[in-house]
Amino acid sequence: MATIELDDVTVTAPTADGEVVLLRDVTAHLTERRVAVVGANGSGKSTLARLVNGLVGAASGSVRVDGLDVATDGPAVRRRVGFVFTQPAAQLVMPTVLEDVALSLRRHVKDKRERETRARAVLADIGLADRADTSVHALSGGQQQLLAIAGVLACEPTVVVADEPTTLLDLRNARAVQERLLSMDQQLLLVTHDLDLARRCDRALVVEDGHVTCDDDPERAVAHYVESTLS
Amino acid sequence: MRTLPLGLQVPGDTVWHRLPTGRKLLGLVLLGVGVVALQGPWLPLLALAVALAVALHAGVPARSLVLGVRPLLVLLAVVAALQTWQRGWPVAVEVVATTLTLVVLATTFTATTPTDDLLDAVVRAAGVLRPLGVDPQRVALTFSLAISSIPVVATLFTQTREAAKARGLERSPRATLTPFAVRTVAHAHAVGDALAARGLGDPD
Ligand SMILES: Nc1ncnc2c1ncn2[C@@H]1O[C@H](COP(=O)(O)OP(=O)(O)OP(=O)(O)O)[C@@H](O)[C@H]1O
Ligand SMILES: [Mg+2]
Repeated sequence: MATIELDDVTVTAPTADGEVVLLRDVTAHLTERRVAVVGANGSGKSTLARLVNGLVGAASGSVRVDGLDVATDGPAVRRRVGFVFTQPAAQLVMPTVLEDVALSLRRHVKDKRERETRARAVLADIGLADRADTSVHALSGGQQQLLAIAGVLACEPTVVVADEPTTLLDLRNARAVQERLLSMDQQLLLVTHDLDLARRCDRALVVEDGHVTCDDDPERAVAHYVESTLS
Repeated sequence: MRTLPLGLQVPGDTVWHRLPTGRKLLGLVLLGVGVVALQGPWLPLLALAVALAVALHAGVPARSLVLGVRPLLVLLAVVAALQTWQRGWPVAVEVVATTLTLVVLATTFTATTPTDDLLDAVVRAAGVLRPLGVDPQRVALTFSLAISSIPVVATLFTQTREAAKARGLERSPRATLTPFAVRTVAHAHAVGDALAARGLGDPD
């Protein structure tokens, strides 16, 4: 399993008068297959997730994936880390379903036929084989999210970071996306407000106001989150 | 949500589908230049008729053509009125027919060309500029983003207008244009993040 190592990470953002701290002194070494991140709106979960592939940079401390430092080996880290966003539409860049998956393969697979074959296999795996030639805009939100995941998996990452991937989906689509993510071979870092889903992971972090206040077995972490929120 | 069938291929095996993409692209550019150079009302009208015939022969549905032209209609009406007033109706016909011809040709091109092939053609064409430090893959990606962002931006515009309407603000350009601009930029940011996350902006 891949490892994500955060050591004393602090993230700041500039404001009109100085800067704000978005995350402070976060340390966590994640080796479990499925790690959940829970916490209130604005607590810093997305910031934490985006650190892992360098979409957000640390002001101090270090972020490493499989021993590679995000700050110095950004491209190599991004080749290992796939990222699934909340909004599926923004992640899809090609006109048709098949082409969007093929786009992910462009950098590794130069032969066009081979690319198409591999893309079709990825689509079959995710249950979208029969939609290969339709417009990405004609898919439902849930199907778009599945396609976004297919685009990510086609890059053969070792880690998948997902930031509230099921928030916009209905029960059935959310279920499909969840099962796909939880059953992957890749390591999963999953930001979610769905506490049942968090409980199904192997470890959970609770983020409160820019701090990781609990890092534990998911049952206990979720209990901590619920208690500290409702008390 | 309203979406446009832009960038969608019409499957088929006509001569237009079989033309090699690079040559087709070059042909499109040369034809475009040629059409713009045409003078007077009759030749541009003839060009439009020929372009329409090609489109229909290639199997492009009339509906796609109408959808491609529709966003331009208001603009074309204004231009036509201005040209008629300033330089007479033959010039107005020339301008309108030329523009419509270009749209029809472009629609036919995209309808008969898989985007993947188009990207390969662009990569090859941009390869000429490699000594100048141009990354062909990046040029191709920019190209495909431009194509695919059209329906998204159109959807954003519709949504913003509906949101303004829901609050009774449809008469206020600020209530539509400001959030539209903001959301377009936000979308561009989100797409940029998504591309970066897929490693598509990184050097090979
Ligand atoms: N670029 C920025 N500049 C200033 N403040 C920022 C910036 N990015 C995020 N923030 C702030 O940092 C805090 C944490 O944001 P983050 O997006 O990580 O929260 P989150 O836990 O993902 O919340 P949510 O559950 O709503 O998605 C928020 O208060 C947000 O307003
Ligand atoms: Mg968030």
